[in-house]
Amino acid sequence: MKREDDFDARRKHLAELLDEQLYTKFWELAEKIVQPMLDMGYKNTTPAVERSVLLRMGFSSVEVAPIVEGVMRKGLMGKGCGNIVWRLSEKKGISVREAGLLLADGKEWDTVDTLFEGGQV
Amino acid sequence: MKINPNEKMDIRELLKDLDKYSPKRRGWHWREGRGVKRTIGDFEFNETSESLTNSIPLPGSRGLGKIDPQTDCVLTTEIASGRFEDDIRRMRMAAWSGADHIMVIRTAGQSHYDSLIEGTPHGIGGVTITRKQVRASRKALDLIEEEVGRPINFHSYISGVAGPDIAVMFAEEGVNGAHQDPQYNVLYRNINMIRSFVDACEAKKIMAWAEILQIDGAHNANATAMKAWKVMPELMVQHAINSIFSRRVGVKPENIALSTVPPTAPPAPCMRLDLPYAVALRDFFKDYKMRAQQHTKYMESDMREATVTHTLNLVISRLTSADIQSTITPDEGRNVPWHYNNIAAVDTARQALNGMDGLRDLVKIDRDGPLGDDVRELKERAILFMEEILQVGGYFQAVEDRFFIDSGCYPERNGDGIPRQIDGGIGAGMVFERDADYFAPVSVHYGYNNIPPQFKTADEAIGGDTFSDRSKIIYIDELDEMDNVNARLDEVKKYEGGELIKPEVEWKADGIVTTSIFLPVDMRTAEFAAIKCGEKMGLTDVQVVHKRELHPSEGTLVEIKGRVNFDINIKDLTIPESIPVLGEQEIRDGVAAKPILIVAGTVGNDEHSVGLKEILDIKHGGIEKYGIKYIYLGTSVPCEKMVDAAIEANANAILVSTIITHDDIHTKNMKKIHDICVEKGVRDKFLLVAGGTQVTHESAREHGMDAGFGRGTKGADVASFLVKNRK
Repeated sequence: MKREDDFDARRKHLAELLDEQLYTKFWELAEKIVQPMLDMGYKNTTPAVERSVLLRMGFSSVEVAPIVEGVMRKGLMGKGCGNIVWRLSEKKGISVREAGLLLADGKEWDTVDTLFEGGQV
Repeated sequence: MKINPNEKMDIRELLKDLDKYSPKRRGWHWREGRGVKRTIGDFEFNETSESLTNSIPLPGSRGLGKIDPQTDCVLTTEIASGRFEDDIRRMRMAAWSGADHIMVIRTAGQSHYDSLIEGTPHGIGGVTITRKQVRASRKALDLIEEEVGRPINFHSYISGVAGPDIAVMFAEEGVNGAHQDPQYNVLYRNINMIRSFVDACEAKKIMAWAEILQIDGAHNANATAMKAWKVMPELMVQHAINSIFSRRVGVKPENIALSTVPPTAPPAPCMRLDLPYAVALRDFFKDYKMRAQQHTKYMESDMREATVTHTLNLVISRLTSADIQSTITPDEGRNVPWHYNNIAAVDTARQALNGMDGLRDLVKIDRDGPLGDDVRELKERAILFMEEILQVGGYFQAVEDRFFIDSGCYPERNGDGIPRQIDGGIGAGMVFERDADYFAPVSVHYGYNNIPPQFKTADEAIGGDTFSDRSKIIYIDELDEMDNVNARLDEVKKYEGGELIKPEVEWKADGIVTTSIFLPVDMRTAEFAAIKCGEKMGLTDVQVVHKRELHPSEGTLVEIKGRVNFDINIKDLTIPESIPVLGEQEIRDGVAAKPILIVAGTVGNDEHSVGLKEILDIKHGGIEKYGIKYIYLGTSVPCEKMVDAAIEANANAILVSTIITHDDIHTKNMKKIHDICVEKGVRDKFLLVAGGTQVTHESAREHGMDAGFGRGTKGADVASFLVKNRK
C-alpha cells in the first residue's frame, strides 16, 4: 500500500495530549499489541519448546530430536514430550534417562500409546 | 589452568577436561564504581568505572601519564572469524583494550537449523554456536577476566528456529547476554511468526532465570530500510513490542536492552536527524537499558569515514545515554572483522567517550528549539503506527499487510515493506495446542503446565533438572571427525611452539597482509595496477579491499590484501637490545635537577636537517620540551667544528645527524668525531650521539659513539638517554 504522509490529519486526537499522556498511551498500545502473542505462548507448544524441556531433563541435542519427532508422529505434542518421557519412566519403573534413551532409540513407542488412557498416572 | 601476560594462551590446554568445566558465574555484569567522580592521573573524571589491573592505554596517554580511564558504560566488541580457537586470542587482546562485552556472531544459516549444533565445525561469517565452543570460550574468558581484573560478558544469539534450545544451553554455560527478538525471525529470517513468538516466550523465560541481558533486533530495521532516516517511528514500535513482550514473560526491565542505532550518517546532516530520535527513544524507554550500536547502513570500505561516523554516534551516546556502547569494526564494509580492527573500534569508543567525559554537565539538550518539536513528532508517529496495527487486527495482520521496513516515514507508506504470511515461513504448522494434561517437568517454563498434584514443583517429578543439577547436562565433544578444532589445530601445528610465525588477520597463520598503494592514474586502471603490484610483491590471492578516487585522472588510492607464503623464524632475527626509555616526568625532573646542554648539527656534507630538528624542537616533541638546551650549528658542519663548539660551550653532549650513507660516510664521520675528542682529551667529557635513518645503536657504538638512534626515534628516546648517561 502506498500512502502520502497524512500525519497532520491523523495526529489531531494526539495534539492536545501532554507528554506524560503520550507515554502512557504508547505503552498501553504496546501492551495491547503483544497480549495475543502472550496468549499463544501460554496455550501452545512447539518442537523447539519441547526440545528445550528434554534438554533440561538431561538429554543431549542428539537424543532429543528423535523423541520430539516420535511424539509428533504419534500426534501427542499437546501432552508435552517431557510428560511422555516421565510417564514412560513411571510406567516401566525405570529412570527418566533410561526411558528417554529407549524412545530416542525407537523403542517403547507402543507403550507410549497407552500412557494417556487412564488420565493422570 | 592459569594464564600470565607474557605467555600465549594454550588452546590445547584450554580444551582439556572441558566436559567437566563449569562457568564461574551466571548473569550480566555492569561495571563497578560508576556514578562517582574519580581522579585518574592529573584529571578528574565524571563518567568512569573502576580501573583495570592490566590494560593497554590509548596511544595518546604517553604524554598524559599513561592513564587508562575506563568508561562508565560496558564496551562491546563483535567477533566473527568462524573459528573460536582464534577468536579467543582476539577476545584477550580486546579485553586489554577495555572491552568487557564479547559478542560472538553466529555462522551463516544457523537461524534455520532446527536443533542445537554440537562439536566445533568451522563457521562462515561467524562461529557455529555449539555447547563446546561456548564452553571453551567462556572458560577462556573466565581466565581473561582475572588477568584484566574485570568480569567479561559473553554474548551470542537466541534466535532462529532453535531459540529455546539455545537459551537452555546458554543458561547452563554461563552466557551473559543474548540477542532475542522474535521480530528478527519474522522479518529477516522468514521464520513463521506464530512459531517465533511461541518459541520466544520459552526462550525469554529461560533468559530471565539465567539473568541473561537481552538485546533486541531493531537495529536491523535501520540496516535494511531503503531510507534509514525514515524508519524511526517504526524502530520505536519494534523496540516497544519486544520490550513489553519480554517484560510480560518475566524478564526484568533492567535486563532488557534496546539495540539502538543512530539511523543516518554524513554527508547527511545526521546529528540533526539522529539526536532528536535518540532523545525521543530515551524518553519512552526510560525503564530499559540502551545498547548504543554504531551505524552500518551507509558504511563503505573507507575505514576513516566509518571511524568519523562512529565518533558522531559516540557524541550522541554522551549527549544522551548509553549503558552499553557497542562498536562496529571500521573494516566491516570490507570483510569480516580482523583482529586489530576490533581493537581499533574499541579504541575509537573509549577515546571519544573519555574525551567527552562530563559533557552533559557543560552542554544541555535544548528541548525548546526544533529538537523538542522533532521529539514530539516522532513519538506521535510511533503511536499512530501502533494504533493502525490494532485497527488492522493486530501484529500478525500488520506484518502480512507489509507495515514493517516500509521506506515511508509512517504514516507515509511506500508499499515496499517486507511481506510475510501468517501461515507461511520456515517452521509453519509446527505450533501445537497444549492439552489439559500437558506437562513439562522442568523448573522454568512459560505458560500452561498441569503439574501433577503430588509435586510441589514441576521438576520434582524428575528429581530436579539441569538448572538445579549440572551433572545432568549431557556434553557432546565432537560429531564430525574431519571438521573440528583438533583438525584445524593440527593444520597449523608447526606454529604452536612460537618459533615460526606468519602474519595473520583472523586465523592463525592465515598469511594475510594489506598494503596501501597510491597510483597516479584513474580508478579502474589503478585497481588492476594495484593487483599487479601485489603480485609482483610476492602476494597471492590479491584482492582490492578499498579504493578511493582522488581525481578522475590524477590519482587513486588503492588498498589491497593478499597472502604471504613464507614463515619467519624468530630465532633467525637479529633483535638489538632495546634501550629502556624514562617517563616524561622522570626526564623533566632529571633535567631540572641538573641542566643539560648539547651542541647539534648535521656533519660532513649533509644538508638533511629535518630529522634532527624533530629531535630538537619543542614543536615536534623534541628534547627542548624537557628543558634540555641546545646549540644548533646548522648543516654540513665539519667534525672539528662540532667538537670545538662543544668544548667552548662546555656542553654535555654532541648530537650529530648523518643521513647520507654513500661510501659509509656516516660511520666514518662518527669515528672521526670520536677520534678528535680523544685527540683533544675531551672524550670523557661528552656523550657522543649519532642519529639518522640508516643509523643503528650497534653501528654507532662500533664507530666510537655512545649511542645511535635510527628511524622512528622520538625526542623522548634521546632525552632519556642523555639524562641516564650524562657524565
